[in-house]
Amino acid sequence: MLSSIDAANGAMTTNGMAAGPGRPPHPVAEAAYVAIRQVGKSYGSLQGAVHALEGIDLDIRGGEFISILGPSGCGKSTLLKCIAGLEKPTSGQIEVHGKPLSGPPDRLGMVFQRDVLLDWRTVLDNVLITAEFAHIPTTSVRERALQLLWRFGLKGYEDRHPWELSGGMRQRAAICRALLCDPDLLLMDEPFGALDAMTRDDLNLELARIWQDTRKTVAFVTHGIAEAIFLSDRVVMMDRNPGRIIEVIDIDLPRPRHLAIRETSQFAHYVGHIRQLFTSLGLLKDG
Amino acid sequence: MMRKLQSLYESGMVLIVLIGTLLLWEVAVYLLRPPPIILPAPSLIWREFLITPGYFLQQSFSTLYTTVVGFVLAVVIGLALAVGIVHSKFLERTVYTLLVALNSVPKVALAPLFVLWMGTGIEPKIAIALMLALFSVVIDAVLGLRSVDPDMINLARASRASSFAILRKIRLPNALPSIFAGLKVAISFALVGTIVGEFVAGSEGLGFAILTAQGQFDTPRVFVCLILLGLLGTILFYIVEFMERLALPWHVSQRTGHAAAP
Repeated sequence: MLSSIDAANGAMTTNGMAAGPGRPPHPVAEAAYVAIRQVGKSYGSLQGAVHALEGIDLDIRGGEFISILGPSGCGKSTLLKCIAGLEKPTSGQIEVHGKPLSGPPDRLGMVFQRDVLLDWRTVLDNVLITAEFAHIPTTSVRERALQLLWRFGLKGYEDRHPWELSGGMRQRAAICRALLCDPDLLLMDEPFGALDAMTRDDLNLELARIWQDTRKTVAFVTHGIAEAIFLSDRVVMMDRNPGRIIEVIDIDLPRPRHLAIRETSQFAHYVGHIRQLFTSLGLLKDG
Repeated sequence: MMRKLQSLYESGMVLIVLIGTLLLWEVAVYLLRPPPIILPAPSLIWREFLITPGYFLQQSFSTLYTTVVGFVLAVVIGLALAVGIVHSKFLERTVYTLLVALNSVPKVALAPLFVLWMGTGIEPKIAIALMLALFSVVIDAVLGLRSVDPDMINLARASRASSFAILRKIRLPNALPSIFAGLKVAISFALVGTIVGEFVAGSEGLGFAILTAQGQFDTPRVFVCLILLGLLGTILFYIVEFMERLALPWHVSQRTGHAAAP
């Protein structure tokens, strides 16, 4: 069942279906952990202004896993940085937990495509740096850091240095670092984009599992269609020039999800729908 | 184990090349018989050193002292300037631009000026050593402090890190390899600065000893000083490199054969 929520700007309802009952186009603000209202971001350049984002309206509900999917240059990373308070939108407003953003919000965890682990710290100390930055005594979270590392299969690697680990293990450590202070909001910017397909599947499963257990609010930027469907409650599709939301799809697949779900007709239906949409926009040249 | 053997082999090679060069020099002087005032044999230089070893060591110590003080001052001032330049657009436009402009003047030519300002004691010599060493400290430190992955800074800011914490926990350690590259150049420049200072206003030090010996047409003595200078420069360079090894066990250049885990 595909239902699309109108994005305020450039809305498209592909199968002629309006928003489903009980799900108004703009969910009520109280339910939204992150409320994005008419957000735009433009940069001045020699060729004139570049509109990285225009008219973004989106609510991310508490405990929801949302993926932001789109071609490169559609502003999905910029949107994530705006939610993180690292970049200021040029127009519109973002509220996190009911408070307008001015700088990074409380209880935020981030994971980037590059793991940016510090070479001079051991894996454990890399995870603990989150606490150091937040002025939390590391002794009080050390046990938790070790448990996170063990949970992510890094037992025995606590005292190794990042360069001794494979790419997948490094990204696992980066996720542990983001989770150390038990954030309410987890923002992930193509975290598995640089990994091989097998490791990527593996980390998708682990992420799905940990989300199932903790129900954190997650915004996950990706350009992998299957990855977005597999992980998410909703997939937000974006187009570029200017960067805008074109459709939001509910993913009604049962949880917990296993990799085999990707071979079901329901899953294939979602993939087909997204691919068709990107093809119709000329983003994919398929035949 | 393999590594030890390897380094033993390498230092053995260096020794063989050195001894070979000295032997060739000795034989060439024996066969061609140039007057000692042009080119003395290594054995003659060695005998010259043995006549007054105390004098030479004292001059070496004086040069070493001036060099080290100039170098340490350059490091302290240079790092402070670099941190300032990286954090302030104003300092970048003023101090950094001024430094670059100053660097394009042959600084050795400024040495007599320092003597006019500070007299003929140790101060102008330290000042010249400092001035020559400062530039490479600042340039490489600024480069190192700037070349941080922007996402690393983003991550720290997302965790609400203070800019002091970012400097101390990310920027500085990240800049260390670059800073040490600058220090290795700076230590040699500090020695050059010291010798220049001793040339223009010296009453002691190897530079002054070279000048005195030259005045007396005592070429073997000049060569003793030159060899001591070479030794001094080499030792100082390797001390900085040793400190680098202690400070950067994690750096790519220091890693031993750890294979990445599967």
